[in-house]
Amino acid sequence: MLEKTGIPTSDDLKAIKPDKERLKKGPVALIECFRKIPCDPCFYSCPFDAIDEFKDINDIPNLDYETCTGCGNCIASCPGLAIFVVDYNKNTLSLPYEFLPVPEKGDLVWGLNRAGKKVKKAEVVRVKDPAKNDKTAVVTIKLPKEYLMEVRNIEVGELNG
Amino acid sequence: MINTDILVIGGGPAGMTAAIKASESGAQVIIIERYHELGGQLIKQTHRFFGSKKEQAGIRGISIAQELTEKIENHSNIRVMTEATAEGYYEDEVVTISHENKFKKIKAKKVIIATGASENMLAFENNDLPGVYGAGAVQTLMNLYGILPGEKVIMVGAGNIGLIVSYQLLQAGVDVEAVIEAAPKIGGYLVHASKIRRAGVPIYTSHSIKKAIGENSVQGAEVVELNDNWEMKVGTEKVIEADIICLAVGLNPLSDLLIQAECEVVYTPELGGDVPIRDENLKTTKDHIFVAGDVAGIEEATAAMLEGEIAGLKAVSEIGYSNENIFEELNRLKTELNKLRSGPVGKVIKNGIEKVRRGNYVGKNRYSHLR
Repeated sequence: MLEKTGIPTSDDLKAIKPDKERLKKGPVALIECFRKIPCDPCFYSCPFDAIDEFKDINDIPNLDYETCTGCGNCIASCPGLAIFVVDYNKNTLSLPYEFLPVPEKGDLVWGLNRAGKKVKKAEVVRVKDPAKNDKTAVVTIKLPKEYLMEVRNIEVGELNG
Repeated sequence: MINTDILVIGGGPAGMTAAIKASESGAQVIIIERYHELGGQLIKQTHRFFGSKKEQAGIRGISIAQELTEKIENHSNIRVMTEATAEGYYEDEVVTISHENKFKKIKAKKVIIATGASENMLAFENNDLPGVYGAGAVQTLMNLYGILPGEKVIMVGAGNIGLIVSYQLLQAGVDVEAVIEAAPKIGGYLVHASKIRRAGVPIYTSHSIKKAIGENSVQGAEVVELNDNWEMKVGTEKVIEADIICLAVGLNPLSDLLIQAECEVVYTPELGGDVPIRDENLKTTKDHIFVAGDVAGIEEATAAMLEGEIAGLKAVSEIGYSNENIFEELNRLKTELNKLRSGPVGKVIKNGIEKVRRGNYVGKNRYSHLR
């Protein structure tokens, strides 16, 4: 269980999964924030108001998947690094990355699951690291569909030896 | 004797916001800080802060420290004294300090004590081996001086500090072999836990450290599983190799100065130790003395900064630097603070604060026998 291991369970994950129809429409954000903490920057980061305004700052963020365009603006805003964007049309996953070296487009990296296990090699297709992100890079990798809900981190270096 | 309107003791997040708020009304402020620069723990916090976007959430601690330091340096009526330690508080409201190898006396109309907290130690065999560090020391080495503390770390404690420092160690290229936590559940924010877990760091709840292994320095630790009564389960011992054991097992309010100044202080487990009885504006049982930040109860820096603002504002208003909107402003700050504390973690803190609110506490003062 999440409180014991730090790994969200399938029950936890059910709460955030947009339905298949929505996934087909294109990129969408997934907010893996499961427990109440006093934090609200994601609400302010969304240019489309897809995240409900927090009545109580401890609320769990509520994202309207229909309004979300998957722009990824929220990814680097989250102090918990808990926001990801998946695109089932392009088979890509975007994630926050705060380690050096920041990978470059074309690099091969390991895709790690929520327990940090290497599960699939992946190619980096985009890296956004603008000054406004304040050193949280947003890395987009290409993955087979079945890994889009599994991979949540990357290991850089080894595969480009 | 140095005379001033407000003396702030401690240049961390609470002390800095207290000094800024107090100086805005025109009062003369002195802020003293033991270290050679202002910022307190903020100068080691490379991660983004939680809390309200309106109150710096999403900003890294180091950036907040920079911003507050600049604000203080740009205020002509704030005098900063670094490498200055408060030594004593006297009956005639004189504070003695050591500064630049000199003994100095400061008399202020109001004193705001924001001395922060110190780290707890943990009792286990060989805990005096070189290589056993507090999490604060590891952060100082790594994030201030750019020195790696070691190659492989065992982190003891899965509260926010243990989780965050583990993440910072990973960023510095240090292997975190395990995070062990005696409680059955992770104490810190689960997003922090998930972040290090997906980087491959195992978190062992219901586990404790039995002893450090090594002759001249740490070579590993024997860890053991705990049962529901927090007792070691015989036969579950295992050895984890590491050259650093990092302790992140809680903080203890640095209330010595308050006790010496004869403020009423009460042991309050919810707030981490001995904390002063205070009113909602952070005034202690002494009319001259306010508190803010971890010394008033262990909490996040965001709460400390709000407390500093409240104490600073109220303290200057009591010495005649009135601001037309003071009540509105105080109410706004208290509302923000209350919002921060409205979650499950905040509930425990609020319970603690209720106990030590002026007028509520009915027990015996813990240190009255010293008088």
